[in-house]
Amino acid sequence: MIPSYVPPKYTPVIDKKKCMVCGRCTIECSWGVYRKDGKRIIIYPNRCGACHRCVSMCPRDAITIIEEPVDWRSHPLWTVDIRRDNLNQAKTGKILLSGQGNTMDHPIYFDRIVLDACQVTNPSIDPLREPMELRTYIGKKPKQLEFEFEDSKIKLKTKIAPNLKLETPIMIAHMSYGALSLNAHLSFAKAVKECGTFMGTGEGGLPKELYPYADHIITQVASGRFGVTPEYLEKGAAIEIKIGQGAKPGIGGHLPGEKVTANISATRMIPEGSDAISPAPHHDIYSIEDLAQLVRSLKEATRWKKPVFVKIAAVHNAPAIAVGIATSDADAVVIDGYRGGTGAAPKVFRDHVGIPIEMAIAAVDRRLREEGLRNEISIIASGGIRCSADVFKAIALGADAVYIGTAAMVALGCRVCGRCYTGLCAWGIATQRPELVKRIDPEEGARRVANLIKAWTHEIKELLGANGINSIESLRGNRDRLRGVGLTEKELEILGIKAAGE
Amino acid sequence: MCGIIGFMSRKKKMINGEKIALGLCSLKERGNGKGSGYVGYGIYPTKYKDCYAFHILIDNCPKFEKIKVAVENILEQYGTIVKDEEIPTEEGIIKKVHIPWRYFYEVDEKFADKEEDVIVDIVMDINDNIDGAYVISSGKDLGVFKAVGWPEEVAEFYRIDKYEGYLWLAHARYPTNTKAWWGGAHPFNLLNWSVVHNGEITSYGTNRRFVEMFGYKCRLLTDTEVVTYILDLLLRKHKLPLELACQTLAPKFWSEIDDLPEEERELYTALRLTYAGAMLNGPFAIAVATPAGLLFMNGEIEDDTVMFGLTDRIKLRPLVAAEKDDLLFVSSEESAIRRICPNLDRVWMPDAGEPVIARVWK
Ligand code: SF4
Ligand code: SF4
Repeated sequence: MIPSYVPPKYTPVIDKKKCMVCGRCTIECSWGVYRKDGKRIIIYPNRCGACHRCVSMCPRDAITIIEEPVDWRSHPLWTVDIRRDNLNQAKTGKILLSGQGNTMDHPIYFDRIVLDACQVTNPSIDPLREPMELRTYIGKKPKQLEFEFEDSKIKLKTKIAPNLKLETPIMIAHMSYGALSLNAHLSFAKAVKECGTFMGTGEGGLPKELYPYADHIITQVASGRFGVTPEYLEKGAAIEIKIGQGAKPGIGGHLPGEKVTANISATRMIPEGSDAISPAPHHDIYSIEDLAQLVRSLKEATRWKKPVFVKIAAVHNAPAIAVGIATSDADAVVIDGYRGGTGAAPKVFRDHVGIPIEMAIAAVDRRLREEGLRNEISIIASGGIRCSADVFKAIALGADAVYIGTAAMVALGCRVCGRCYTGLCAWGIATQRPELVKRIDPEEGARRVANLIKAWTHEIKELLGANGINSIESLRGNRDRLRGVGLTEKELEILGIKAAGE
Repeated sequence: MCGIIGFMSRKKKMINGEKIALGLCSLKERGNGKGSGYVGYGIYPTKYKDCYAFHILIDNCPKFEKIKVAVENILEQYGTIVKDEEIPTEEGIIKKVHIPWRYFYEVDEKFADKEEDVIVDIVMDINDNIDGAYVISSGKDLGVFKAVGWPEEVAEFYRIDKYEGYLWLAHARYPTNTKAWWGGAHPFNLLNWSVVHNGEITSYGTNRRFVEMFGYKCRLLTDTEVVTYILDLLLRKHKLPLELACQTLAPKFWSEIDDLPEEERELYTALRLTYAGAMLNGPFAIAVATPAGLLFMNGEIEDDTVMFGLTDRIKLRPLVAAEKDDLLFVSSEESAIRRICPNLDRVWMPDAGEPVIARVWK
């Protein structure tokens, strides 16, 4: 053990009887936990974050990892985390960085919502025997249709704005090239193409290697405007303006210089090795009219052929902001909840700013309905969607589709160890080191990510069938099919659902 | 499970209400005595034909007079009550928990350009704000007669054989999701729309929130009410041709739409995109009578009432259609039709999601 004020959070333990001292763990672990010293392996537990790479790769199955190997004096107020953070900050004098989503012990509302199923009075539908439609169109819809007649032939007068056609309501969230490796992005891109859905570029531009999949990619315009060129806007299937992110509402992004390699510098159009810092606000957006103007400029720049989305972090007044967005030319509003992942966020933001996505979806959907605008704009929910049931509940609460980020990374091997900001991801996901990046084979990665999306899609179909519904649009906003368990009256009211038993 | 039946004379021949009661009685098996109802079109004498006929259930309680005054106060804000009376009923058949009352009503001229919206507002206002009063029909020259009871009880109670109409719809109820009460029985009516419905709408929450966005308020606690509002919105307000309105309730599958020629594909895609919230999911068979002025896909505008029947797009509820001369029937069971008219020219099973439409012969 290296002398330190802070006791280790995890300790890897090697079973000496099994270990053959092959040294593989010393190579697999990118954090430097293991060192080979002659005929033994020396362990530095302080460096371990339980990413499991060594556990998965050890040929002898010799490694286990123990959480909190050292007991702390328990104290209800001075939790271990708080003390550990204070010790770390006393050492560095810096803002604490963290990866992945909010770790506070708040209720996970998805887990307190239960679903309905048909019994007798209406038959459940068997998705193996009957069609089950998950196709979802994201984009502006007209308020009503108008027709004209020509020699007793009907013609549609209303022009429908371009919409994205999703074969399943699950998209992969915006995670930038830079934060993530090229192979991770390639895996996502191949997977979404196969599944008939879309992924986001994040704010890092679109590397040339992804051009073949560009018709399934949503390009992002964030406050740093990295990599934003006419070609970039033109290439993607849709454009997303990022105002805020659930993991760190109110602040911009930060990609450490170590991750800015030659290809990333070319894609982002910034010098190699320099930190890429996107400012907190867009410097041309200081009010809702400015946002509406940017939406329109992007539409003009792409000759009104691409849907434009606006992403905001789920904060207290998200519903009012969503109304503002809905009255602009934007096609969809993306709401990112506080459990949403991130490559790097100040821990104090990650854990203390923003509101749960479940509440945000319900509140935004309700407000847009009150304004009579809900039909015209799509709602995409993101941040903390972990499984098919979450997708189902998010849609029943009022979303059109969801973005998944962490779940897609988990499909690639991520163990949610929360250290993406270090650039050392042993799984080759959140890193730019060539020797780590090559740990992902894009073909294999794509297969795993596509499998995840397909598995969820199957489950959603089964759940729909059990609810006697054969098309996803009949689930959208269908809160009657949800019930709350162990929620207060106020929480039920905000979610717009009844309690179980009602 | 519920039983529905409807027929229309395409020559507008007047038919006694006892016929529809006869048909409905043979659908007894599909109900449980917890609600039956009838609607007849063309039933009122000439002098009231152009009046809105409000059928209102008023609680049979000590506050009856007070409630009635409250109703009249709302009505008088927008027009004149031409005549009002208790709807004649037979005593001793069912417990009269409500007193059915009818008002023949004219909307004030200053609202002439939005007469129908005024009527909708009145219905919403009464159902929403007056405790103890429920509007069960509000169209011209038509009336809904419904109560908790078996088909023959309700028919006798309202003396349905005293009315003659050219179009009748009826329903025997087997309530499953909501408690049985008079207002919850079918048909549901708004203006000249009437709907009888067999099934359970699994998309109810989506549909309700969709119509609420356009100002409708669902207060009667049954899913059929929402169907009525969707039809009113699509056909009256948004002026969709009937065939396309049926398509929004029971749309083609995407796999079918994908195979259509481009122009049609665009049309049906636009329909599903724009009216996703109007799609009815779950098992249903409905029979509907409509007001005049309906648009058709060939551009024709019908200046008379239309009747149509429709099932969900995988036909989880039965619907059979039949014809005899000018008469067109739709029903849950062929037997109910044959009870009214034993010798039929044609009997057929409409395809899932394909409407059966009856229009007055010109
Ligand atoms: S990888 Fe496993 S067997 Fe090899 S040195 Fe490490 S612990 Fe021992
Ligand atoms: S991507 Fe890598 S570093 Fe980030 S949480 Fe997952 S395993 Fe850890």
